[in-house]
Amino acid sequence: MSKTNTSVAKTEFDFFDFLYRYGTLILIVVLIVFFALMNPNFLSTGNIINILRAISIVTIIAVGITISLSVNGFDLSVGSVASLSNAVVISMFVWYQQPALIAISAGILAALAVGAFNAFMIVKVKIPDLLMTLATMFIIQGVALTYTRGATISQNMIMSDGTYAEGQITPFFATLGQVPWIIIIMAVTVLVVHIFLTYTKHGRYMYVIGGNKEAARLSGIPVNKYKVAAYLLSATFAAIGGMILASRVMTAEINAGGPYLMDAVAAAFIGFAVLGAGKPNAFGTFIGAVLIGILANGLIMMSVPYYAMDIVKGTVLALALALTYYKNK
Amino acid sequence: MERTVIEMKKITIEFPGVRALDQVDFKTETGVSHALIGANGAGKSTLMKVLAGAYSHYTGDIFINGEKVAIRSPKDAQDLGIQIVYQEVDTALIPYLSVAENIMLNETVSDLGKKQFVDWKHIYRRAKEVLDSIHVNLSPKKLVSELSLSQKQMILIARAISRDCKLLVLDEPTAPLSLTETDELFRIVRDLISRNVGVVFISHRLPELFDNCDEITIMKNGKFVIKEQIADTHVNQVVEHMLGQKLGDQFPDRVANIGELSLQVDNLNDQESVNGVTLHTKKGEIVGIAGLVGAGKTEFCKALFGESKKVEGKITLNGKTLKLKSPYDAVKEGMALVPEERRKEGVLVEETVTVNFSVASMNNFLKVFSFLDFKSEALKAQEMIRKLDVKTPSEKTIVENLSGGNQQKIAIGKWLVADAQVYIFDEPTKGVDVGAKKDIFKLITELADKGKSVIYASSELAEIMGISDRIYVMYDGKIVKEVMKKETDEEMLLLYSTGGGASE
Repeated sequence: MSKTNTSVAKTEFDFFDFLYRYGTLILIVVLIVFFALMNPNFLSTGNIINILRAISIVTIIAVGITISLSVNGFDLSVGSVASLSNAVVISMFVWYQQPALIAISAGILAALAVGAFNAFMIVKVKIPDLLMTLATMFIIQGVALTYTRGATISQNMIMSDGTYAEGQITPFFATLGQVPWIIIIMAVTVLVVHIFLTYTKHGRYMYVIGGNKEAARLSGIPVNKYKVAAYLLSATFAAIGGMILASRVMTAEINAGGPYLMDAVAAAFIGFAVLGAGKPNAFGTFIGAVLIGILANGLIMMSVPYYAMDIVKGTVLALALALTYYKNK
Repeated sequence: MERTVIEMKKITIEFPGVRALDQVDFKTETGVSHALIGANGAGKSTLMKVLAGAYSHYTGDIFINGEKVAIRSPKDAQDLGIQIVYQEVDTALIPYLSVAENIMLNETVSDLGKKQFVDWKHIYRRAKEVLDSIHVNLSPKKLVSELSLSQKQMILIARAISRDCKLLVLDEPTAPLSLTETDELFRIVRDLISRNVGVVFISHRLPELFDNCDEITIMKNGKFVIKEQIADTHVNQVVEHMLGQKLGDQFPDRVANIGELSLQVDNLNDQESVNGVTLHTKKGEIVGIAGLVGAGKTEFCKALFGESKKVEGKITLNGKTLKLKSPYDAVKEGMALVPEERRKEGVLVEETVTVNFSVASMNNFLKVFSFLDFKSEALKAQEMIRKLDVKTPSEKTIVENLSGGNQQKIAIGKWLVADAQVYIFDEPTKGVDVGAKKDIFKLITELADKGKSVIYASSELAEIMGISDRIYVMYDGKIVKEVMKKETDEEMLLLYSTGGGASE
């Protein structure tokens, strides 16, 4: 009798480990089969491209969060930063008639300023990252709103003096948000960051810092420099996400980047467990985004109302967290 | 006043792998201040924890006025009037509550019974009474988080005597205190004695014990050695009783080949625990820094390694003056630190053996554009595992799963891979088994034989004697003695470590 018990316990444990490693991938396959059975159009090329396009902005922002997580930080301000860069880049075109290069640079610079502010407050003033970036989230949300004067920026908009805005978004910038470029940019982002984190000295240092800051410092790693770099990179990817969004919708709406925050956080945390990595990683984050994208797409096809979508996404995040933390217990 | 006699007889307690107390007898009474001393690991704190009910699995008996009592939980001890103030004051205090609430904590937690509301007037009045009774001038409404360390101790003492207190045990209360704070503490102790409270004092600082205590009990290696009247004994005699057995042939034989000056430290000061340390090391020399827990050795090692803020003083290595703003700078200049807190600071417990070996010298394992060379990294790890005889299934094992001794070999090994000039060891044998200890001593002597400079800080005086060529003794953040190994012995080191011998 006792023998049976132990063998059962053993299979249970193995089963859990298996679930931890492959659960996300299995869930994706199950969902694909399920949605395909419910609606044959789900597997059409058009829809698959749809899903990839839909997750690209989330993925890029989530990759930024992944970098901040790798040094055991957390950046909640990415949604606001995406909004800010979105507003800056569109305004550069529409209000100031700048070429794409300058517009994009301005978008990135604005984000870097936020990243530097975060890094300073977290590394030097030593405010816990979650709280600091929460504050930054509000500040930058407000900055973006103030910058756009609470209005949507779009081509040919009416300016405050009653004239029409004369600037146009350049065709080059407009293609960035179109298929295939939007998907290519996402793929390159994931690939580059994955290689950076896994195969370079800098990635190794970031994980070491994330695992044990004190031991890392006493091993001679410049911990603060890497933490600063992590927040700058996180802001940069948020900016890229925000600007791709700008290119896709060709306007800067109020708080356009805000809704991406929760999806990106979910993707990054779901990514922890993918293939048993046990730590934040860019490939896992991509898989996490795919999972969320498939869920959203499939549920919409099944006519689940959009306003119920957050219930599903939130539940998936809770499950992913449960898997990660139960494992670490 | 009627005195109460507290007596412990034949107390034995075992923990996995060690017999911490072996048939220990201890006797004290109220109205007396009793010093309890012994070298590190002698079992003083364990004995007092037994008395305070922290353990339930000991054997032996405890008597109060000849009557056998059962102490198996902290509540048992407190009900009998035995109170203890541990060294880690912060673990016993709640920082965001007021002084009064902290003093009255036991009462509010356990004596309220069915009452649902707290009688704040009573709490504050009673706390004020207790503070007044030991002449401590603190506002009961102040938050504990705003207090200094010594004030926090006062709060704990106040808490202890707020209830029936016959015997108060103070576990190394003076280690973190300044001189004036120590005086204030002893004033309170004398106050308590005059009110027929018994005080047991655990301390490493002999002079203060001789100034303030009536009786002394000495322990060694978990055993009772002797109980004497302070008036009948002398510092040197106490030191003799405290000394443990010699470690003997744990240490490799070696002929030191000492070269030119390498590291020169002038007047190093961290504004806190290190007060102007001047010392030097030569190539191929092992320099011991002896000192008891709290003497400032760890802080000195960290200050030297660029890990402390507000460091003043001059550090010169091979003729070059160093500006060390962080350990990053120190490592670049060829320094290596094996820190005291191994699991927290020495190794990366969640990473593999390979990552741990390479982390301090990543640049040796890179291809172009900072890409990692996993192959050479793994080969190096395998080589180090063989060389240091690390007991691990493979180089891919997570370090958390290894024993303390093997973790320490890795913490040292990463600096062998990095090839530094000056190696600083801070209590490297803490929590390490005997076999691994021997290996570690061998490693350290090999480093010196290769012409490296070694600083070996430890409170284990036998180890300092065994491994060093030259020894500095640290006391209260200062170097109080410099001596060649062949001109000294453990007794002398202990004397200086405990603040004695200064007048000679």
